[in-house]
Amino acid sequence: MSAMTWAGSIFDTAGSQAERIARLAWFIITVSTIVYVLVLAATALAVRRARARTARGDLADQAPETERRLTRHVLIATGVSTILLLVYVTVTAQTGRAIAWPMNSTQQPLTVEVTGHQWWWEFRYRDSVPSNWLSTSNELHIPVGRPVRVILLSNDVIHSFWVPELHGKQDAIPGHRNTTWLQADRPGVWKARCAEFCGYQHAKMAFDVVAESPARFNQWYVSQLASASPPTDTSAKRGQDVFVQRTCVMCHTISGTPAGSRVGPELSHLATRPSIAAGSLPNTRENLSRWILNPQLIKPGVHMPPNPLPPSEMNALLDYLETLK
Amino acid sequence: MIARTASRREARVRNAVVIAIALAAINGCKREERRFDAEAPSAPAYAAVAQDTLQPGVPRPDIDVVNSAEKNAYDISEGKRLFEQWNCSGCHSHGGGGMGPPLMDDEWIYGSDPENIVATIVEGRPNGMPSFRARITNQQLWEIAAYVRSMAGLTPKAPSPGRDDDMQYKVDEQRTAAQPPRASASRGTPPKSEKP
Repeated sequence: MSAMTWAGSIFDTAGSQAERIARLAWFIITVSTIVYVLVLAATALAVRRARARTARGDLADQAPETERRLTRHVLIATGVSTILLLVYVTVTAQTGRAIAWPMNSTQQPLTVEVTGHQWWWEFRYRDSVPSNWLSTSNELHIPVGRPVRVILLSNDVIHSFWVPELHGKQDAIPGHRNTTWLQADRPGVWKARCAEFCGYQHAKMAFDVVAESPARFNQWYVSQLASASPPTDTSAKRGQDVFVQRTCVMCHTISGTPAGSRVGPELSHLATRPSIAAGSLPNTRENLSRWILNPQLIKPGVHMPPNPLPPSEMNALLDYLETLK
Repeated sequence: MIARTASRREARVRNAVVIAIALAAINGCKREERRFDAEAPSAPAYAAVAQDTLQPGVPRPDIDVVNSAEKNAYDISEGKRLFEQWNCSGCHSHGGGGMGPPLMDDEWIYGSDPENIVATIVEGRPNGMPSFRARITNQQLWEIAAYVRSMAGLTPKAPSPGRDDDMQYKVDEQRTAAQPPRASASRGTPPKSEKP
């Protein structure tokens, strides 16, 4: 679960789509490496032979039969290269076709609307019952073995949705709906990233992907769908007042409170998330207070302003945020 | 000899002009500078704004607040983003006015100076304008004020943002026609008889 240090790899696959991509990558890397080594060897050989001939004063290069032989060699090499490139085209197209759609699944797909913002991710789980629609931020939970239809939207500039262990990249374009499919075949926790340069904090626009068994997924879904539990102790109650009477309320939502703005990430169940600030920091009390006090020190240019709260209000606010399970 | 001196003087003048233009250009770069740790104008500057010009004793001197956000393209574009995201358009309708008064004309009920606009946002106004006290940071207040004034053509044209990072709903400020000078956009707080 060391989400912060993890680097991500397309070869550490967790789904059939990523597996096909990894297989294609290995095939192209292997064949290209062999071709590269052969070409270098042929060049070295040619240089050595030519030098030896010049030293001998041999003029065989100018004979017409040599010219014909060399032309034949060049033609063969060109033909082999063309065939290899055509093979690349064919297997790439085949792979693209195979991963574009979860063809062999019989299960009803789960639909998630993903919106890229500068610089965080918004996830909306669709359901046939509107009251079951779930909104969350920077953390994507998916059930293992069930196809997930990902609808990609953007609110500002072009972003790109990339979970390296599950699938390739797909752009999120403002004013346009893109669709991609995911399916995890084993449980796991991965870090996913924005893969299209989108401004100052593109590097800190990550999200956590949690693939878990359908039972655990449903449990998570139900817990997220519930309103944030109202605070019980005095300090947390004061913290809620701070939240709805200070700058927080202008951008964030906490269900069950008057805070309902959709400008920034949804915080109804903030305490359950592994990281804050779009995967930039582990979700600890200390990081949270650093982030709230001055986000510009952690992600310069981020749209959240510095919030110079007095210590008593900050402590109460942190107490409240920690109750948002 | 005389001709050579003349050409040398010409060259010197040319160099001076080139240097002057370069310096002006370097200075111009600041309009695109993105200062993330920027200091807002002295925070409670708007607190000195009087709601009326009537007062006992000698007239109070007109305070003159310089809003640094008005000289910076990024700050104005941030003001624009916040204006949309916080639904100022819900009443003021992208500046054209709807339920709330229009902001792109030369009619100002509570004054057109930056500090007047900040005071309006912080305090709220009767008949609909909510008070955003303690809910908007100082820097953001001055950014919004800069954008509001830019809609009426009251800010310098040079730093109007060339493009937004957001979805655009209208033509860029730079590509709209020049606003005619406004005679009645006076300083201070002219008490107007119009009801909001």
